[in-house]
Amino acid sequence: MLAVEGLHAHYGRAHILHGVSLTVAAGEVLCLLGRNGAGKSTTMKAIMGLVPPSAGTVRLEGGRLEGGRLEGRDLAGQPPHAIARAGLGYVPEERRIFTGLTVLENLEVGRRPARPGLAPWTPERLFALFPSLGGMRHRPAGRMSGGEQQMLTIARTLMGNPRLLLLDEPSEGLAPVVVERMAEAILALKAEGLSILLSEQNLAFAGAVGDRACILETGTPRQTLPMPALMRDAALRARYLSV
Amino acid sequence: MEALAVQALAGLASASSLFLVASGLTVIFGVSRIVNFAHGSLYMLGAYLAWTFVSHGPLAELGGFWGFWGGVLLAALCVGALGAALEMTVLRRIYHAPELFQLLATFALVLIVQDVALLLWGADDKFGPRAPLLRGAVEILGLRFPRYELFLIAVGPVVLGLLWLLFHRTRFGILLRAATQDREMVSALGVDQRLLFTAVFFLGAALAGLGGALQLPREAVTLHMDMAIIVEAFVVVVIGGLGSLPGAFLAALLIGELHAFGILVFPRITLVLVFLVMAVVLVLRPHGLLGAPPGAPPASEQAPPLPRPLPRGLRLATLGALAALLLAAPFLGDYPLILLADFAVFILFAASLHLIMGPGGMASFGHAAYFGAGAYAAGLLLRHLAAPMEMGLLLAPFAAGLVGLLFGWFCVRLSGVYAAMLTLAFAQIAWSVAFQWVEVTGGDNGLLGIWPSDWARGKLAFFYLSAALCGLGVWLLRRAIHAPFGLALRAQRDSALRAEAIGIDAFRIRWLAFAYAAAFAGLAGALFAFGKGSVFPTYLAIPRSVDALLMVLLGGVQTVSGPILGAIAYAGLQEQLARVTELWRLLLGLVILALVLFFPRGLAGALAQWGEKRA
Repeated sequence: MLAVEGLHAHYGRAHILHGVSLTVAAGEVLCLLGRNGAGKSTTMKAIMGLVPPSAGTVRLEGGRLEGGRLEGRDLAGQPPHAIARAGLGYVPEERRIFTGLTVLENLEVGRRPARPGLAPWTPERLFALFPSLGGMRHRPAGRMSGGEQQMLTIARTLMGNPRLLLLDEPSEGLAPVVVERMAEAILALKAEGLSILLSEQNLAFAGAVGDRACILETGTPRQTLPMPALMRDAALRARYLSV
Repeated sequence: MEALAVQALAGLASASSLFLVASGLTVIFGVSRIVNFAHGSLYMLGAYLAWTFVSHGPLAELGGFWGFWGGVLLAALCVGALGAALEMTVLRRIYHAPELFQLLATFALVLIVQDVALLLWGADDKFGPRAPLLRGAVEILGLRFPRYELFLIAVGPVVLGLLWLLFHRTRFGILLRAATQDREMVSALGVDQRLLFTAVFFLGAALAGLGGALQLPREAVTLHMDMAIIVEAFVVVVIGGLGSLPGAFLAALLIGELHAFGILVFPRITLVLVFLVMAVVLVLRPHGLLGAPPGAPPASEQAPPLPRPLPRGLRLATLGALAALLLAAPFLGDYPLILLADFAVFILFAASLHLIMGPGGMASFGHAAYFGAGAYAAGLLLRHLAAPMEMGLLLAPFAAGLVGLLFGWFCVRLSGVYAAMLTLAFAQIAWSVAFQWVEVTGGDNGLLGIWPSDWARGKLAFFYLSAALCGLGVWLLRRAIHAPFGLALRAQRDSALRAEAIGIDAFRIRWLAFAYAAAFAGLAGALFAFGKGSVFPTYLAIPRSVDALLMVLLGGVQTVSGPILGAIAYAGLQEQLARVTELWRLLLGLVILALVLFFPRGLAGALAQWGEKRA
């Protein structure tokens, strides 16, 4: 579905990503794991074109993409809006909802045409997935709780009918009961056949939803393995993940 | 009583026109973050185009209702298209440039439009016809009131209502509001920002064009319309809160009424009243009446580079040129010596502004206030106390520094465009004092006979004096940048919060830097006064502030030697162009535009880059 190869990225003169390669299969949840500063968020942003990659390729395969222009072609170096239109949906870590806009207006900003072969997302379908949003359609997003904002930001991205979702730390800063509901929502999306690249610090959360794990350290992928294997391997976790 | 009511109605009518222009300005700023100095030029073009359409060509032959209103609408659409074209060709390339650089580019457009309008329409004023259906007057409370003014009163709220519908009931409007808050996120959601920005420039420019076109039956179309309206429109946008349409509407009402009644009460100082009101509003509400505090800067914004010395070779070359100049001075004629003394003054003036803008991270649109304060201090001392030049030069920096302490106490509390506008407001107030306190300052006639002491009266001696004092001033300013004080100043610029957390009193540092810079601007002003033998209110006026701003930006804000190069380049260009051609504004504008597009780090930045590459 998604194939990233040899991705490099810089912030100014600081070299952050040193050749990140990963693949996400159709319908799979790949977890990007690593300590703070390992390059998880930057990988997401580089794939999305928000931090222009200095080298490497990003390919989104399969199905017919909008207009077919970017099908199977390298997305690296394209502007973010073209990458979003090609079928990548980005959910930022900082949420970045439009606080002055209502819930419905936030969803409207994310709305893109339906993709052939995929049931298009509508506000009503999203309110079924995130019931708490349905009760506050006309509320300014600035007056919502952190958990509600996190759900809104995912719902907003889904309105673009993405083929693959980039989820950057969706559990960060949420109450345990909200984290549980978030995990349920992600599993529901996976059941719909959506592919997901998920970056996480919360290992329990990642273990509950992930199929495979890709471990990053200082901007380099160290190991990619099935999630259950990682959960069994305490030594590996201690080496790359524990603080 | 009736007269007051009619006066209030007249205020409402001018408020409507003001709102049309200000709404376009605020919409453009909201989405693109560009402070469009050229917005007044678009307004002026709207008026000129409407005049052309209404009095020449097919629409004029048609005459009657469509002959007039068709011309007005067509003018608005043409100006909108021009705005879109400007966005696509010029502004699109500078969205990631610092705020002030964008301002420089739009200022270049002002200069270009000035000369283009002069070429196309000539220097004489143009008078439009009366508006069909709206001729004559109606009786209100027994007094006659023009119908057209009543129509204008309605235009403001109608446009506000239409814009509200556009922003809340259409997808385009919702996208615009979202982009106002976080345009990068909007593009990550698949929206092509370029279309959005072009469209918003079309909308904003068309509103300005409409505002100008609607003036046709009211007043003559002149080449001064652009500057007159842009200052007021800025005031309205800033009082209302940048990016807020209802705020702009409220502020336009406030300013419109202030003008209408100010003329009755204080006919000579209405302009001061306007700026006083703005100063009060900004001190009480730093983000305007209805404005929100600006969000975090976009992630793409990078920290300014550290000030570094020029490459060794270049530095030696500069020092060599300076030494050669000082040695060659005795062999130069009077005219080059006068010019060189002026250059020295401008260099010090620009270097003092640079301390505020570069290391300080603040913008000042009113730096001429301190230049003028120094000049007036020296002039008044000589005129009223017969103090010699030496005394004037010694005391001028202190006088200007005191003015800087006073004004700075208000200005440095604000940030970005708000701070810039407040500095402009204070400069305008200072200008009005100089202009209107005739008994002391001589008003428009200025102070004459402000000549140097006998020993410095020769052009050569005065050049050496200027060079020595300006050299000393520039050296002291550079010392400040590299001293612990300068480090603290840069620290609070990069992150006021973190600087405060390690014990830096950001407010006090900014305040002191502001006053320190003001003192050196004052020294430059005093030297300039003695060089010219006179002091005029123009020393404090907006164009002089803009000169300093352009010098610093041309040279490069984040380089220590930038203001020096910028001052030489700008003053030299202006001087040379004005001698060679009538169209110096057009050429200067084009040169500035080229510099902005091709040397985004300023002249000194470009030189340093070139030096690095070679090294």
